Amino acid sequence: MTTDNSSITAPPGAAPVGESLGRDAWRRLTQNRAAMASLALLVLIVIVCVAGPWLLPWGLAEVDWNAFGTGPTLEGAHYLGTDANGRDLLTRVLYGGRVSLSVALVASFVSLVIGVLYGAISGYVGGRTDNLMMRFVDIMYSLPFMFLVILLMVVFGRNIFLIYAAIGAVEWLDMARIVRGQTLALKRREYIEAAHALGVRDSKIVTRHLIPNAIGPVIVYVTLTVPKVILLESFLSFLGLGVQEPLTSWGVLISEGVDMMESAPWMLLVPSAFLAVTLFCLNFLGDGLRDALDPRTR
Amino acid sequence: MSALLEVDKLSVTFQLPTGPVMAVKDVSFSIAESETLALVGESGSGKSVTSTATMRLLPELARATGAIRFNGENLLEVTPRHMCRVRGNDISMIFQEPMTSLNPLHRIGRQIGEVLTKHKQLKGSANRQRVLELLNQVGIPEPKRRIDSYPYELSGGQRQRVMIAMALACEPKLLIADEPTTALDVTVQAQILDLLKSLQAQYGMAILFITHDLSIVRHFADHVAVMRYGEVVESGRTLEVFDNPRHDYTRMLLDAIPRGRKEPAPADAPVLMSGRDIKVRFPLKKRLFGKSEYFEAVRGIDLSIRRGETLGIVGESGSGKSTLGRALLRLLKSEGDIRFEEADISGLDKSGMRPLRSRLQVVFQDPFGSLSPRMTVGDIISEGLKVHHPEMNRRQREAEVIAALEEVALDPAMRNRYPHEFSGGQRQRIAIARALILKPELLLLDEPTSALDRSVQVRVIDLLRDLQKKHGLTYLFISHDLSVVRALSDHVLVMKEGRVIEQGPSETIFSNPREPYTQALLKAAFLENEVAA
Repeated sequence: MTTDNSSITAPPGAAPVGESLGRDAWRRLTQNRAAMASLALLVLIVIVCVAGPWLLPWGLAEVDWNAFGTGPTLEGAHYLGTDANGRDLLTRVLYGGRVSLSVALVASFVSLVIGVLYGAISGYVGGRTDNLMMRFVDIMYSLPFMFLVILLMVVFGRNIFLIYAAIGAVEWLDMARIVRGQTLALKRREYIEAAHALGVRDSKIVTRHLIPNAIGPVIVYVTLTVPKVILLESFLSFLGLGVQEPLTSWGVLISEGVDMMESAPWMLLVPSAFLAVTLFCLNFLGDGLRDALDPRTR
Repeated sequence: MSALLEVDKLSVTFQLPTGPVMAVKDVSFSIAESETLALVGESGSGKSVTSTATMRLLPELARATGAIRFNGENLLEVTPRHMCRVRGNDISMIFQEPMTSLNPLHRIGRQIGEVLTKHKQLKGSANRQRVLELLNQVGIPEPKRRIDSYPYELSGGQRQRVMIAMALACEPKLLIADEPTTALDVTVQAQILDLLKSLQAQYGMAILFITHDLSIVRHFADHVAVMRYGEVVESGRTLEVFDNPRHDYTRMLLDAIPRGRKEPAPADAPVLMSGRDIKVRFPLKKRLFGKSEYFEAVRGIDLSIRRGETLGIVGESGSGKSTLGRALLRLLKSEGDIRFEEADISGLDKSGMRPLRSRLQVVFQDPFGSLSPRMTVGDIISEGLKVHHPEMNRRQREAEVIAALEEVALDPAMRNRYPHEFSGGQRQRIAIARALILKPELLLLDEPTSALDRSVQVRVIDLLRDLQKKHGLTYLFISHDLSVVRALSDHVLVMKEGRVIEQGPSETIFSNPREPYTQALLKAAFLENEVAA
């Protein structure tokens, strides 16, 4: 390779940029109407949950002494009614959305990071290490989740971060298994072998070659984890192990709504509608991502 | 001569989301009874689409126009129900991949018997009797035992025989063979072709033979139709077309046989790499206590390569040639001494090997699997520089990438594109550029041309030969394709079941092989004819 080649003078960056698989997938995703509508709706829900409470006249624990358990009305600006204690339902649903969505986000992110690293290392190193690491996962699987949560509550007291931790500690297990499976299939590929032949370090092979190529199924799985985590938090809160008053979440609101189902149906319907729409959107988006990342183009 | 199958102005259009693509344009040909027509072309020429259209097995996206007349009946117009009776009964088909075209969960006797139950209403012992007869005819040893085997218990050649038995079960008038021997070793390939010929004589059936391999066509087909870009560019009697090709493309295909010989390296060149008693074994069963079981892939091989020389390693699949190559580059654990420039490298660990990696490079067989799909071509090529020349900055690396791409005759402007945008031949060039950018001394070429079309193959071989001359490279060339090995190697090593059975200067091996196995290999590869041509 001579360095006096004339074309070296060509300015770097003049070369046309090719279409990466990521951009190709994005293009296909944008053609999927259901997925795009879901994405837009999700973004809207997030914005409303974050910004909404500031715009509404009522606070989270503020009681309107004139309206106990009233239905949706414009009077007193209770657009979706109030609960039995006279607190504005819309305000509470939006605050609850913040909690539910942030639990989902944090727990999914934690499970993503731990699961991907754990799975990739386990699959790549293989042999005895793989065996030990996966047996640990099996042990974690066999611990009853509720038992784990109750134990954490007893030791550390009720705390929203405990919910993050407990859910994250369980959700990464599936992710680790998925990534390990992907890694086992990928590590026999010739480009991994070529990287070995180039003398690339193991850590770089994992981060530069393995993880980017395993990311397709991982992204899809994350979109399925998010609704799972929201449901899990709702379930914990429903049982009274979740967030504490006056803070609330969609799960808590639904559980309160169930008690008042006959006298004040809006208390069940409103938070349920928010939760259902969010879950629908996430599932549609997950479907769309799966189709878009289909490796047919490879 | 009445035509059994008459394809008349057949066009097939695929309705893709990006717009319609015409895969086959106005193709016409005909086959008479007990005649063989070969449909020849490189990948993407539309030959397989033509054959699947004949069976009406096209995917839903495709639309076929024109006419396919079988015994005077237009197959494009008959009802699907009627077509089911034609398929397997009058026309049957065998495919390229014997490994995947049998259902792994059913015994082979049942899979063949199913055809008979469906079309001939043969059941019970009569069915089994006929299956045994068929297995016998296609030359499966011990048919009584094999009839109850599962596909995984059979070798590739035997599976293809089972496929043929299945296709012949109803004594079809037309057999469509879509690259039936491509996935098989050369010696097995010859046996399968002989079998097809004798069965054709016995049953008097016509064969539509689809292949990219012209040396097979010459031996096998009465008529030939050459396809390119979905069109038939030339057709006629095989011998006439081969002896007197009229179309440029046919001429190019016929010419696309690796020619020339390598200039020998100077005799006093120092030995670059040598190996003594190299053994590689893979664990089959691991036991905590007691003896583990091993499969010995390489069983004690000695070899040496001089600087500037090419050592060809030849063998059929499973002979251990790729394993040997990987062991020499220390990509696999092995026993025995490996010396690189006098220094023993067999004991070095990963970090000990790292400085040597830039001098020992490798190009793999599969151009689709050897490039990471998520990296740009520039990143792929420059990855080695990041490891071995960490002092280089972005600009310098980019300059090196440009030079490397130019060296393998690719447009450097392609460097920001991704592998999936390139053809097989281009990808193989990228893989070569990735190896060359480190200025290696020894290059392991593991079947670098096997996955490519003939015409592309020839160009890659020319490129490899030029690069060797220019940089004084030493090649370790692994291949099952004897004509390619012959065009490139100084020395040849013939491997079988993990051992070297014959070695010597390549001229001696090719003109005067001693071992019967080498002779069989050469004969099966139709080399005699290519020498005559």
